[in-house]
Amino acid sequence: MSGPQLLVHDRKDNVGVVVVEGLTAGTDMLCVVTEDDSSFELKSAADVPIGHKVALKDLKAGDTAIKYGEDIGKVVADVPVGGHVHTHNLKTKRW
Amino acid sequence: MTVNGKTTFMGYRRENGRVGVRNHVVILPVDDISNAACEAVANNIKGTMALPHAYGRLQFGEDLDLHFRTMIGTGANPNVAACVVIGIEPGWTNKIAEGIAETGKPVAGFWIEQNGDLKTIMDASRKAKEFVHWASEKQREPCDVSELWVSTKCGESDTTTGLGSCPTVGNMYDKLIPDGIYGVFGETSEITGAEHICKERAATPEVGERWHAMWQAYQDEVIFAHQTDDLSDSQPTKGNIEGGLTTIEEKALGNLEKIGRQCRYIDILEPAEAPQAGPGLYFMDTSSAAAECVTLMGAGGYVVHTFPTGQGNVIGNPIVPVIKISANPRTLRTMGEHIDVDVTGILKRDMTIDAAGDALIDMIVRTANGRATAAEALGHREFVMTKLYRSA
Repeated sequence: MSGPQLLVHDRKDNVGVVVVEGLTAGTDMLCVVTEDDSSFELKSAADVPIGHKVALKDLKAGDTAIKYGEDIGKVVADVPVGGHVHTHNLKTKRW
Repeated sequence: MTVNGKTTFMGYRRENGRVGVRNHVVILPVDDISNAACEAVANNIKGTMALPHAYGRLQFGEDLDLHFRTMIGTGANPNVAACVVIGIEPGWTNKIAEGIAETGKPVAGFWIEQNGDLKTIMDASRKAKEFVHWASEKQREPCDVSELWVSTKCGESDTTTGLGSCPTVGNMYDKLIPDGIYGVFGETSEITGAEHICKERAATPEVGERWHAMWQAYQDEVIFAHQTDDLSDSQPTKGNIEGGLTTIEEKALGNLEKIGRQCRYIDILEPAEAPQAGPGLYFMDTSSAAAECVTLMGAGGYVVHTFPTGQGNVIGNPIVPVIKISANPRTLRTMGEHIDVDVTGILKRDMTIDAAGDALIDMIVRTANGRATAAEALGHREFVMTKLYRSA
């Protein structure tokens, strides 16, 4: 596979988006930051569906998730680097 | 097609100078109880289309104003060549018919009281047949792309819309707004989490303040007045969550990618209000529900709609062609018949946003020339009135 498995909007982000189907735990992902086309590698720590997010570093409950370089909500359960970030560990700060 | 270095398309120039990309003869019900007569006329006379809807009785105040604005705006849309209006009684029927007639297009009103459905259907069918003969002789003529009014709203969004299909629309606006088109975005609830960015994207601080006051009023009067929880069962939707979106903030930031990098909105529109401040980008105060939003933008006078989708919203509109754009390879694989512009290459990094924007502009021109969109070919005609509160 030539394309990336994970895209990151902004260098300040601490989550990225899986852009391939069938990603399994333990995959060495090619990660591309769309802002500047830079790339890095990261090992997935979970099976993560296409479109879902992966933690780019260890996230602790109480941390703020950053995507687009902006606050997208509060982390409510610890997530290891490479782990799946979604409704089970990330909540809105609004409403 | 390019004429003297300008991109042109073949459109229908209307009596008021506006340009349409479709040539519909519409049978418009004033109210829910006139749907049956309208559908009977549309069945009698081929080449016409009824627009049944659920409302129009016992509405009052701002809600009634919106009803009239949506009805008149829909009939007045340049994609409509001529319009038959049918209501239960003459008062509101004539008000809507006269509002549409201000465009100069052929319009006729009929009412059911003291006529009955059968006579109304016969009289309206004869007029509709005249309109079909008249409209079917209209010829398309070369029009500049700058004469297009292009709306946008995304739906069944996921994380790929923020990465791919929404920036594609943004790139299109960055290229066509300077050329002089009218654009519009909306979805008031769905800006929540990105309101600080949206406010800054106004053309002037005064417009930004008005935008923020409108957004805050929505929060106070709709969300906080009715909320039972954090709205996570509604915004993001179940489909959004399946597609990987977790919070309204994340959804809003992706949504706002639709206005590109350079565009600034010049005015705020009420739902279904036609823009008055000249060419440029506008914000319309709309629901984020797809059919309601596209119906309101069509009533505002927009003739082509660009619709980024991630998980695959299948919406169409009876009078406005809705162009679907998706970057999600699973959606293209499982329901590709709904997608007009495939931008999955953005995720694979073998298509730039710039190239995707060009592909969308090409599809807008082809659609304006007459290409049926996926939603048109599949028969999607969702026409949904926005209701502000209970009827009297």
